[in-house]
Amino acid sequence: MTSTKTAPVDGPATQEPTGTPLARRLLAANSAWTFAILVALVAFFAIASPPGTFLSQYNITQIATNAAIYLVLGVGMTYVIITGGIDLSNGSVLILSGVLAAEFMVHNGGYKAGWSVILVGIVISVLTGTAWGSIQGVLVAKAKVPPFIVTLGGLGAALGLAQIITTGNDVAGGAPNTLVETLGLGELFGTVPWLVVLAVAVTVAFGLVLAQTRFGRYTYAVGSNAEAVRRSGIRVDRHLVKVYALAGLMAGIAGVMSLAFFHTTTIAGHSYDNLNVITAVVMGGTSLFGGRGTVVGTVIGVFIPAVLNSGLVILGVQTYWQSVAVGAVLIAAVYVDQIRRRSRERG
Amino acid sequence: MTASAAPLLELRGINKSFGPVQVLRDVDFTAHAGEVTALVGDNGAGKSTLVKCISGIYSIDSGEYFYDGEQVHVHSPRDAAHLGVEIVYQDLALCDNLDIVQNMFLGREKRSGLVLDEPTMEKMAGETLDRLSVRTVKSIRQHVASLSGGQRQTVAIAKAVLWNSRLVILDEPTAALGVAQTAQVLELVRQLADNGLAVVLISHNMNDVFAVADRIAALYLGRTAAQVKASDITHAQIVELITAGRSGDLGLAPAAAAIDLGEVNGEQ
Repeated sequence: MTSTKTAPVDGPATQEPTGTPLARRLLAANSAWTFAILVALVAFFAIASPPGTFLSQYNITQIATNAAIYLVLGVGMTYVIITGGIDLSNGSVLILSGVLAAEFMVHNGGYKAGWSVILVGIVISVLTGTAWGSIQGVLVAKAKVPPFIVTLGGLGAALGLAQIITTGNDVAGGAPNTLVETLGLGELFGTVPWLVVLAVAVTVAFGLVLAQTRFGRYTYAVGSNAEAVRRSGIRVDRHLVKVYALAGLMAGIAGVMSLAFFHTTTIAGHSYDNLNVITAVVMGGTSLFGGRGTVVGTVIGVFIPAVLNSGLVILGVQTYWQSVAVGAVLIAAVYVDQIRRRSRERG
Repeated sequence: MTASAAPLLELRGINKSFGPVQVLRDVDFTAHAGEVTALVGDNGAGKSTLVKCISGIYSIDSGEYFYDGEQVHVHSPRDAAHLGVEIVYQDLALCDNLDIVQNMFLGREKRSGLVLDEPTMEKMAGETLDRLSVRTVKSIRQHVASLSGGQRQTVAIAKAVLWNSRLVILDEPTAALGVAQTAQVLELVRQLADNGLAVVLISHNMNDVFAVADRIAALYLGRTAAQVKASDITHAQIVELITAGRSGDLGLAPAAAAIDLGEVNGEQ
């Protein structure tokens, strides 16, 4: 039998060197144009606001501080949405984690509690979040309950438990002064708030994990084609549990941040965290259909509402316009994603 | 093509039943390195079951499995992968949102320290595609979503070859492809064998089979009707083997062919 030699039929007969993948990925990312929006917003407010207000160190610090908790929650949400899932529970898990930590600290010194007690409290919060996330992950991956339902149930259950534990009232004295003065209000080198430092550290670390490690690669792959991943010998269910556990871990960390910043548990204050964070992640170019997204995009998505809010206040415009603007950007982001999917299916 | 003396894969007297239904009975099958062995047969003849037995997805009830001259026991896909057996499935197991390199290394990523070693993976993927004379993809960093059906099949095959595999089984690689793309994939199939791999090609398309196969194995109702050199058999004879189990003095004895027909209706 002779070999059947045919000319290559598809495309040019060259195998190009790969060029600079980073530049190409940035261009390919949905987040490119949301980044342009963010830059335009900053430029607009910088010009339109009185000199020395919007771009003042104080204001920038305020914006970053307001974004810090959403940033941490957003990192976890990015992973979950890339797998094709959703996490509606993060606000409630944040509350439950914070409440359990606060309950421990209030019974071990309260306002005057020292670092050893605070550290135990932090561990409690982080472990609570991670454990809650893991349970949700098992329900999604093993029991095959849709993520929307699992985390909707988790949203109610976690908040309910927090309210049962506290009989519905915020835990007075749950945030020791030492914690508030350092993580809550303290600043690194007297300029950068510790909250922002922590948020940046978490974001950078898990942004790198997503982009550079096997764990990140499998997260994209699971969201892209779970069956292919299974056939490649990867334990898809285990990976999903880890991703939901990570989202829970982030909620646990955010619980501590919230406790430190607001001086108390804020049981009524996180009802819309889930929707705000999903909005930020999706604005940042992460596809609700899975397989696509970046932490960098999420950072952009978190800062758009934060910048809008601050800028509108300074200009003396009603801040309710922020919700209108964010809503429009969100829908536009998903519309662009849809167009890309459609053109891909055609091509 | 040069046929090495001993086959890389040799199955003797393989039996496999699912409950009361015996899907494979006394099946013999060989695959030689450097050759394309076509596995043909009608729907329900047992092709897929045989392939799953080779790849360890099913374990055989009885019979002998020789690999490289030694008897082996394959109980899981992992065992088969260890031997260097890779399967390219009909429904391609690729991730649309990952690029070609990422797909080829999925599950076996190279790392340097904790992070992925992209340059090494890119280099290895490029070398594998070069070795297969694949010139149809513009960049190995393009997403699989942007590839044509033929290119996707090419990537799936290259993924299987990357791991120093020695036996590659292709389950209907051209089923969903157009004429030009079919030619492209068949060329690749031929290239695999010319590179020294044993290739098993499952196909319903006799033109494809005669275009690339060195040997043809025909299954008929769970039995090996015949395994012959492609140059010793005609198109019409193969069709007879597939549909009736025998052709002239080739194939099953008349009685066996007739009895089986009544007995094993509706398997699978």
